[in-house]
Amino acid sequence: MQNGEHFGMEDETYTDIDGKAISLECQSHSGFCREFTVSSAKVSISRVMVYTCAVWMTAYIIFFFTEVDHETLLVIGSLGVQVSSSYASGRESTDFIEMDKIKDIVINEAIHMQRVIYYLCILLKDPSDPSGVSSVVPLFQSSKPRLNCLVKVYRSCQEILAKC
Amino acid sequence: MVLKIFFPQCCNKADSGLLVGHWLPGQDSAVVLAVIHYPFIPGQVKQYIHQVGCVGVGWKNEEAGGEGKTKEEKTGEEGDKVIFVHYEQRKVMLSQLHPTDPPVPLTQSTSELRQVFGTVSQSESLFFLDKYDDSPVKLTHWQSEGREGSIIVELMKQASTPVCLLTAWILVVCSLSVSVSRILNVFPLRFISSKLCSCVQLSYRTEHLQTVSSPTRATSHTDYMRKANIFMSFLLDVTLGLLLIYWLYRENRVGQLANALLPAADRVAKELEELLQWLMGAPAGLKMNRALDQVLGRFFLYHIHLWISYIHLMSPFIEMILWYVGLSACLGLTFALSLLSDIIALLTFHIYCFYVYGARLYCLKVYGLTSLWRLFRGRKWNVLRQRVDSCSYDMDQLFIGTLLFTILLFLLPTTALYYLVFTLLRMVVVMVQGVLQLTVDFINSFPLFALGLRVFRSYTLAEGVKFSVLCEEPGTPLHLMMDINPLKFSSVVQTYRTATYSCYPKDSWLALCKKLFLGELIYPWRHKTTKID
Repeated sequence: MQNGEHFGMEDETYTDIDGKAISLECQSHSGFCREFTVSSAKVSISRVMVYTCAVWMTAYIIFFFTEVDHETLLVIGSLGVQVSSSYASGRESTDFIEMDKIKDIVINEAIHMQRVIYYLCILLKDPSDPSGVSSVVPLFQSSKPRLNCLVKVYRSCQEILAKC
Repeated sequence: MVLKIFFPQCCNKADSGLLVGHWLPGQDSAVVLAVIHYPFIPGQVKQYIHQVGCVGVGWKNEEAGGEGKTKEEKTGEEGDKVIFVHYEQRKVMLSQLHPTDPPVPLTQSTSELRQVFGTVSQSESLFFLDKYDDSPVKLTHWQSEGREGSIIVELMKQASTPVCLLTAWILVVCSLSVSVSRILNVFPLRFISSKLCSCVQLSYRTEHLQTVSSPTRATSHTDYMRKANIFMSFLLDVTLGLLLIYWLYRENRVGQLANALLPAADRVAKELEELLQWLMGAPAGLKMNRALDQVLGRFFLYHIHLWISYIHLMSPFIEMILWYVGLSACLGLTFALSLLSDIIALLTFHIYCFYVYGARLYCLKVYGLTSLWRLFRGRKWNVLRQRVDSCSYDMDQLFIGTLLFTILLFLLPTTALYYLVFTLLRMVVVMVQGVLQLTVDFINSFPLFALGLRVFRSYTLAEGVKFSVLCEEPGTPLHLMMDINPLKFSSVVQTYRTATYSCYPKDSWLALCKKLFLGELIYPWRHKTTKID
């Protein structure tokens, strides 16, 4: 046996007591000196990095497609009201409500979890009941501004609605 | 009041002339459809306008690059505001506002947008004249550069009538021949064909083809979309079927399948036998009633033995049968899948039989037990009044009843175990069949044409409109751009789904569990006999 000779890897695969694969390496330094190394498979750092990156990328992509960038309310007297939200991906979802269907634009109070919040909403007319309200369309759902902001928008809208 | 004028974008750069359009009833708005250029003879123009049914608005459009500033002078009232809404005439003309109601005359009660869309689409006769026509009246509108047309569409229109007639004739011949053969034995054939998925699918497809090949043109938008969707789904079906045939027959996979089928059936039988042997022993450590166990086990084992003999009898013909069945995929992938579902049903018929035997036994036992339990407590089921009444029994009635009750009670675990095992097996088969049926359903009902239209020509299916402010200068009227807001994909699929005989779970989970507990036979997938949308 030469110095530093390694025994060839035998065809026999070794496992530990739980069944996980381990490898045995025998190194013979000299006639009376041998070294045995038993190593088990480790999780390499590149694998960990890849998994972490994948999770973060997935989270970012979900955020990219669902997060709202800005919301717009366009009031055109005697034509209607347009509500649109634009997302981080550039996609825009728009809804136009004609003036005939709109009863009023009001600020409503709501109890949400442990808080009382104010939100601006459009009241739609009920076709069967002239004085009733068929449904409520809430505005600025993602931004959820406070009362001072809402009052400013409300006053402006009421000016236009009063004219027509 | 604010006056709204819907102005086509194509007329922005037109030369000066007369604006032709409609007033919208009930709203303070006007839709401009075209511009008639100078020079023109007023008499001829009046006649033409009257002919196409529009209103000629008598004001000048001082164009050539600028915006019409004289429009506000029309009403002559002071302090009037005007809004110009620019719209793209071609898109508004070709689009359909959803929800598509049957076309009603535009009255005051319809919404303003619907009136605008309706006005533009109903003014087709106005858009016939283009600039190459030699007529005394020169117009500018979306088609004035030349009428829109496509060679392919025209060719298809010409070819469609004879093809439709031919298909209709073929279908009539086929249905006649089928009905003639049906006269021979009415009852069994009809019952069998209603149970086999492939026959149901065939009849469904023939109905579809009849719809598509009717030579009358589709009048409403819904009819047109329906025909187009059915046609596309049929094409897709046949294409997928041909691909499947190519894949199956290329490397003699049919032969391989046939050769694999017999050993597979043998293996299933062997597994069932092992299962029964296990049940006849001490399954899961439970102690069964030995005599009943042996009886039931031997009965089922003999049944399996019979089944295997039949399969072995059929083995020389299997390859040929499979070959022809594979060829039938040229009628469509859905037909092949429903045939597969039928073949699975036939091959697992013994499992179905076992399930029925086990269920019936168990059901009898449960009913016996409930009735005797009532006797135990001195009660009886009153059939007339549909309720439980007290009843006085004789001594010997009570004695025998109690005996029977005890016997049934102690035999219950054995029967229940057999029932449980075979019900689980049956559920597995039903799930597989259900998945196949759902796939067939999906291919049948998916509106491919509507989705294609939504992707490539999103303006044709309109959910609403979008406005954006164009220019704003103080002193000039407001200019808005009206775009079409296309329908969402989910709404497209929901609106244009072809009505199918879809299979759906007949009972809710609770009802299903109750049926299982009582031992009633379960047919969880039900075909709707009448189509629903």
